[in-house]
Amino acid sequence: MVPRARRPLMLGLGVQTPLCMALLGLLAFGSAARAADIKVAVAANFADPFKEIAAKFEASSGHRLVASLGATGQFYAQIVEGAPFDILLAADRATSAKAVREGYAVAGTAYTYAVGKLVLYSPTAGVVDGAATLKAVAFTRLAIANPNVAPYGVAAVETMQALDVLDALRPKLVQGNSIAQTFQFIATGNAELGFVALSQIATLAGGSRWIVPETMHAPISQDAVVMTGAKEIAAAQAFLTFLKTPQARSIIEKYGYGGGD
Amino acid sequence: MGAATSRDAMLDLAPFWSPIRLTLALATITTAVLLLIGTPLAWWLARSKSRWKEAISALVALPLILPPTVIGFYLLLALGPHGPGGWIAGMRGARTLAFTFEGLVLGSVVYSLPFVVQPIRAAFAGIGERPLEVAATLRASPWDAFWSVAVPLARPGFLTAAVLGFAHTVGEFGVVLMIGGNIPGETKVLSVALFELVETQRWSEAHLLAAGMVVFAFAVILAVFHLEKRGAEARR
Repeated sequence: MVPRARRPLMLGLGVQTPLCMALLGLLAFGSAARAADIKVAVAANFADPFKEIAAKFEASSGHRLVASLGATGQFYAQIVEGAPFDILLAADRATSAKAVREGYAVAGTAYTYAVGKLVLYSPTAGVVDGAATLKAVAFTRLAIANPNVAPYGVAAVETMQALDVLDALRPKLVQGNSIAQTFQFIATGNAELGFVALSQIATLAGGSRWIVPETMHAPISQDAVVMTGAKEIAAAQAFLTFLKTPQARSIIEKYGYGGGD
Repeated sequence: MGAATSRDAMLDLAPFWSPIRLTLALATITTAVLLLIGTPLAWWLARSKSRWKEAISALVALPLILPPTVIGFYLLLALGPHGPGGWIAGMRGARTLAFTFEGLVLGSVVYSLPFVVQPIRAAFAGIGERPLEVAATLRASPWDAFWSVAVPLARPGFLTAAVLGFAHTVGEFGVVLMIGGNIPGETKVLSVALFELVETQRWSEAHLLAAGMVVFAFAVILAVFHLEKRGAEARR
């Protein structure tokens, strides 16, 4: 029984193997410009614009972008442990600079692709009314990103320090593990308001928001950098070049970011 | 930030105490609640002939295979202002049960339920009909028979259930991460504290905490094996 059942299977494999090899060969050498899978670590605040830009880049280049979303500090820890990213789109300048200094990123590839804007946001109209909202403390929970790993969390803490309300607000704070989770706390209504990235709410109507003046925190200059261990260095560099094109810039600005380098 | 300054400083154990205390409190209260609601549930599952039994049994076992993110997602909605949790929180002037210790207890009860119900149910089922029939012929009321016959005979099952429920709550991570909000002294339990230490490359503290939890888990499993061995011997 058993050998009889096995034989046709082996025969099938024998026929299929050359076909598979031929197909693989086609995939690898068939097209003139080889299509690459570029692994990108994307700071969570840049998720939406990245999706739009990636679609345009993939259509024009034939490459494929594989995005991981998370907090910048989280990515740094993963990169130190050998995470196979080709590009880091950080939410700050310090992390990419540190990665270059420590040899994880290619020197000279870092540049500011966006300048983020911090915004105090509530999905409910009338909740957020400028800095006065933070001083009145008429809420139970204020969500911020964990300042230990997320640059937008650092900016939120700096803003509360500048307004001299940090100590008063500390018991109200809940921390998202990234700016994405911070937004999720607010979106589910578990926190009435919170500090998020303008890009996360730029295309949302309604609610109430206060774009924090950039004098209240260090600028959120977001740097992109190619990783030393990148398997697709040429394709990665092509994507960073694409990020500078007017086409990509207009998408980045649509989401409320300031201009980069 | 604070992370950068303390990273190179001497190993400071003080930040550990709050998560440790919190984790122990959470596990203790969760285990107590689970024994309270798990015992009648296990009794019913072990003895009922209802056609709903299999469905309820499957429901109880569900947290075993569901990703913690599924439980965390539903809890986040259920605890919030648009769910029943928000309604309960509203009675004491709060907005949500997420980001609270009570919210974590609720989440842990759901998450650890099968670990408490299954051993008790198995212990009850292992008793069989005979001792209870004997108790009935001696004119013990069902209530009396339950307390003076079934519970003592099922003692090893209760111990295993308590140890597993406690340990599994200590080991909880995904659910807490999703509904906790990382508040020191309120929702920042050991597993979340460890996650943050790893993310911020505070390896030495992370090592200490992780190794401590490995030792704890090993001791727990050893205790369970020991209890099961004793239970088997008692049945012989």
